[in-house]
Amino acid sequence: MIYWIQKNLPRIVISPSFAVILWFVYGFILWTIYISFTKSKMLPRYEFWGTKQYFRLWSNMRWYTAVENLLIFTILFVGICILIGILLSIFLDQKIRAEGFLRTVYLYPMALSFIVTGTAWKWMLNPTMGIQKVFRDWGFTNFTFDWLVNRDMSIYTIVIAAVWQSSGFVMALFLAGLRSVDDEIVKAAKIDGASLYSIYITIILPMLRPVFMSSIVILLHISIKSYDLVIALTAGGPGTSSDMPAIFMTQMAFHRSEIGLASASAVMMFLTVLAIVVPYLYSELRRQDAAR
Amino acid sequence: MPPVDLQIESLERSASRKRTFYRWLLFLVLGLFALYYLAPLYVMIVTSLKSMEEIRQGNLMTLPGEFLLDAWKIAWSGRGYTAGDVFLRPFFWNSTKMVIPAVVISTFLGALNGYVLTKWRFRGDNLIFLLFLFGCFIPYQAILLPMARTLGILGISNSITGLVVVHSIYGLSFTTLFFRNYYVSIPDEMIKAARIDGAGFFKIFFKVLLPVSAPIIVVTVIWQFTNIWNDFLFGSSFSFGEAAPIQVALNNMVLTSTSVKQYNVDMAAAFIAGFPTLVVYILAGKYFIRGLTAGSVKG
Repeated sequence: MIYWIQKNLPRIVISPSFAVILWFVYGFILWTIYISFTKSKMLPRYEFWGTKQYFRLWSNMRWYTAVENLLIFTILFVGICILIGILLSIFLDQKIRAEGFLRTVYLYPMALSFIVTGTAWKWMLNPTMGIQKVFRDWGFTNFTFDWLVNRDMSIYTIVIAAVWQSSGFVMALFLAGLRSVDDEIVKAAKIDGASLYSIYITIILPMLRPVFMSSIVILLHISIKSYDLVIALTAGGPGTSSDMPAIFMTQMAFHRSEIGLASASAVMMFLTVLAIVVPYLYSELRRQDAAR
Repeated sequence: MPPVDLQIESLERSASRKRTFYRWLLFLVLGLFALYYLAPLYVMIVTSLKSMEEIRQGNLMTLPGEFLLDAWKIAWSGRGYTAGDVFLRPFFWNSTKMVIPAVVISTFLGALNGYVLTKWRFRGDNLIFLLFLFGCFIPYQAILLPMARTLGILGISNSITGLVVVHSIYGLSFTTLFFRNYYVSIPDEMIKAARIDGAGFFKIFFKVLLPVSAPIIVVTVIWQFTNIWNDFLFGSSFSFGEAAPIQVALNNMVLTSTSVKQYNVDMAAAFIAGFPTLVVYILAGKYFIRGLTAGSVKG
């Protein structure tokens, strides 16, 4: 008996954690998937109801707004973050004296919570007393910046705050990538007469493909899960104009007593993440096996 | 036509002038971005030090005439009346009581798991690691409802204990990943030597591995601390009222406008809620960044 315990000690040590992960991650996901196929309202009911919740979901205008907003947000958020990240990392890589200080400044928003970020930006974007007033005081008396309370523009305020929070992180990823590029390649290209600009565009950036891949996956992941920032900044409003899938889900789950519908929306989110993460992990793990 | 060496000289001069120009442009762009990132922090601090009267008269960028700490006092310990007075002090301690045990538990278990997965390999360990790893990515919406029910059944919904349990569980994936990736690079010979000397499973862990684990422990603790302190989704789904963590309280504070909106109090409160993670970032930025890049998952 003691011998058996000693022999299997590693497995015994890891099994509680593993059991917890199996139950609380995979078991719970299965439960959510099952509930999305039932008629559950306020309490779970286990009779099978087919795919009706999914029909209800995709004929719900609010869900459409949420998905549309997610698309707009994702494209802008990922695109702008990558652009700023590349620009700043290349500029910082030019042997700048204050590099350490600048890096710290660019990255500190990442340490703040989305609620803190949202609260600060909500004040800055305040339609009467925020940025608008700064510009009017500076002499631009017709300057108007009311996106926070403008139905057509509210989703873009979330992009502004989210880019502020996350672009420094992309900078850090790219800077690490640039530092790993061999200096000899750059020197050789310079001797051949290539300009610094064309060296970056044609040689260095293509070498950073893995950095592009991981940045995009992380940013996509952040955007699909985005919840806190929207709550703090617009709370999905005005009306439902800046709704996002994560907000829709918690609204249905905790305020509308529609846990079947909420589960269906959660499953949609889960599948989207799956479609992004599985190919990524697969290629990452294969790359590492090849490197071994 | 001037002599050749003069021509070269003027060419060189124009090239170096061009270089200085680009250098200045570079600094200008970098400086402007620095201002962009610092602006919200500046606005937060400046606004929190003004009176409401001054806020209405000036704008975001104007400095306060005199530095008032009233807003900070109200944000931290309230106005002193009983009904509808939301202030951060009790919720700051809620978050502290939540974050410390959750960080300790998840980090310790993660270290053990990483140790087993790298130094005591067994059949199927790669699959187990993959299942842990995937847990880093799941959107928490997919587990929110069953978790709420489970906490209810266990009788720990709307409590700090409940949040400690939740954060410990969902932090396990990250901590296991961090330690596993770190222990992979520690030579197996060290373990073998210790085994030949007769050391057992736990003795090797505590005497051989833990002493060399300081960097990864720092990275993991910072990562977990930042994530748990900043969490809003779990906090707002599983707790309300008195048991809420600080981010939930901050959001409530900003939303509940009893009478006139007090922007100075809001900003002071936001700063207080962001302060601990900001301090950690400034003191240990290197480890913070390492956690972020490791959290970006390289299996």
